[in-house]
Amino acid sequence: MLELRNIRTFYGNIQALKGVSLEIKNGEIITLIGANGAGKSTTLMSICGVAPPRSGEILFRGEPITQMSPDHIVALGVCQVPEGRHIFPQLTVQENLDMGAFLRSDKREIARDLEYVFSLFPILKERRTQHGGTLSGGEQQMLAMSRALMARPQLLLLDEPSMGLAPLIIRQIFEIIKKINEEQDTTIFLVEQNANQALQIAHRGYVIENGAITMSDSAENLLSNPDVQKAYLGI
Amino acid sequence: MEYFIELFFSGLTRGSIYALIALGYTMVYGIIGLINFAHGEIYMIGAFTSFIVATVLSIYGFPLLSIVLLAGLAAAVWSASYGFTIERIAYRPLRQAPRLSALISAIGMSIFLQNYVLLAQTSDFQPFPELIPDFDFMEPYAHVVGSSDIVILLTTAVSMIALTLLIKFSRVGKAMRATSQDRTMAMLVGINVNNVISMTFIIGSALAAIGGMLIASHIGQINFFIGFIAGIKAFTAAVLGGIGSIPGAVLGGFVLGLTESFATGYVSSDYEDVFAFSLLVLILIFKPAGLLGREETQKV
Repeated sequence: MLELRNIRTFYGNIQALKGVSLEIKNGEIITLIGANGAGKSTTLMSICGVAPPRSGEILFRGEPITQMSPDHIVALGVCQVPEGRHIFPQLTVQENLDMGAFLRSDKREIARDLEYVFSLFPILKERRTQHGGTLSGGEQQMLAMSRALMARPQLLLLDEPSMGLAPLIIRQIFEIIKKINEEQDTTIFLVEQNANQALQIAHRGYVIENGAITMSDSAENLLSNPDVQKAYLGI
Repeated sequence: MEYFIELFFSGLTRGSIYALIALGYTMVYGIIGLINFAHGEIYMIGAFTSFIVATVLSIYGFPLLSIVLLAGLAAAVWSASYGFTIERIAYRPLRQAPRLSALISAIGMSIFLQNYVLLAQTSDFQPFPELIPDFDFMEPYAHVVGSSDIVILLTTAVSMIALTLLIKFSRVGKAMRATSQDRTMAMLVGINVNNVISMTFIIGSALAAIGGMLIASHIGQINFFIGFIAGIKAFTAAVLGGIGSIPGAVLGGFVLGLTESFATGYVSSDYEDVFAFSLLVLILIFKPAGLLGREETQKV
């Protein structure tokens, strides 16, 4: 579904990605784990066209999207829940969700998806008229994920959904990620520092270090790999 | 009391014009964080465009109402195309550059446009045709409020209501609000941010042009320099109300207009700027974000 071929991305003169290649197949949950500053978020921003790579190629369903503008990439069905949630603080919960469906015009289907995200996160229905900026961290994460789902993505990119949340909420969020993957047949690319949680639900995983992929294997193998355990699982 | 009412209406009229121009400053600031110093010149170009169109049409003997509407339309469209072009050539290439670069580019644009109109139109004041006649039904009130004051107030009110509805309910308005709150996220939900920014310049410029035509007809003369002074005043109004806030720009415009009018009426016209800017300093001491500017904390 998505293929990155040797992409190199720069911020000014600083090279953040030094040739990242990876592949995500239809229906998979793939996780990308790595330390702070390894290039995880940059990888997602490159896919979405916000930080386009200077060289290399990104293919979505076999078509190159490398130099496309972000709105065209969203229109193809690639949506991101960025790190730090990026809720629109002065829009209400309902308006935030409406923004997720910005490119859609099929009113009836939008209403159905709205019911679906409210069934996943009933708390959002209660908070409908509240400003996004007044929600708790966990609620904001739920809203950010729901907003992305309102675009009905084929590929959902999640950047550190567990960051700063209580363990109970983290477990809930990860269960729902799995549920979205199974029920909606949404392919998921999950970027996490919380490698243990991520590998529990993922099918396969990649390890990124200093802007380059250093390992790629099935989730079980990565969980039992001594190097991964030492560096990312704290065992 | 009559004198008070007269000053009050003259303050409202001034305030309306400041508010119309201040909206452009505040919208652009809200979306891209830039003080568009060329905005006063957009207003001046709007005044000149309506001047040229109105003069030509009146030579051909068009009825007054159609002259006003066509001149206003021409001014709005022409100024909007200037605003659009300025953003494309002077600000967009500097989007990733430090803010100071774009600010200097804006000052450069302002000076360029002033001198370009100076060369085309000379520095002399041109008499502006009176576009707003004295209505008969206003006759009994003519000693406190003129017909053109009422027209200016009504036009401003209609423009502001239209703008508010546009921002609240239209698709482009929602995109503008989202972009001003979080530009990266706006891109990630599929908003074409470049189009939103262009649209902001177009709307802000059209409002300034309407203000330019109205005040030129009210005062009766224009030259290339009117944009500078009006621009500074409107910018003050925007800061007073809380830059980035649309209701703030309107409130700031009226507060500034009324202050100037009362200072002129009760003290001396020499002191109008002293009072206006003292008020600005006072408000910023006690409310640094402006009257309606808010610093909403964002949870992470």
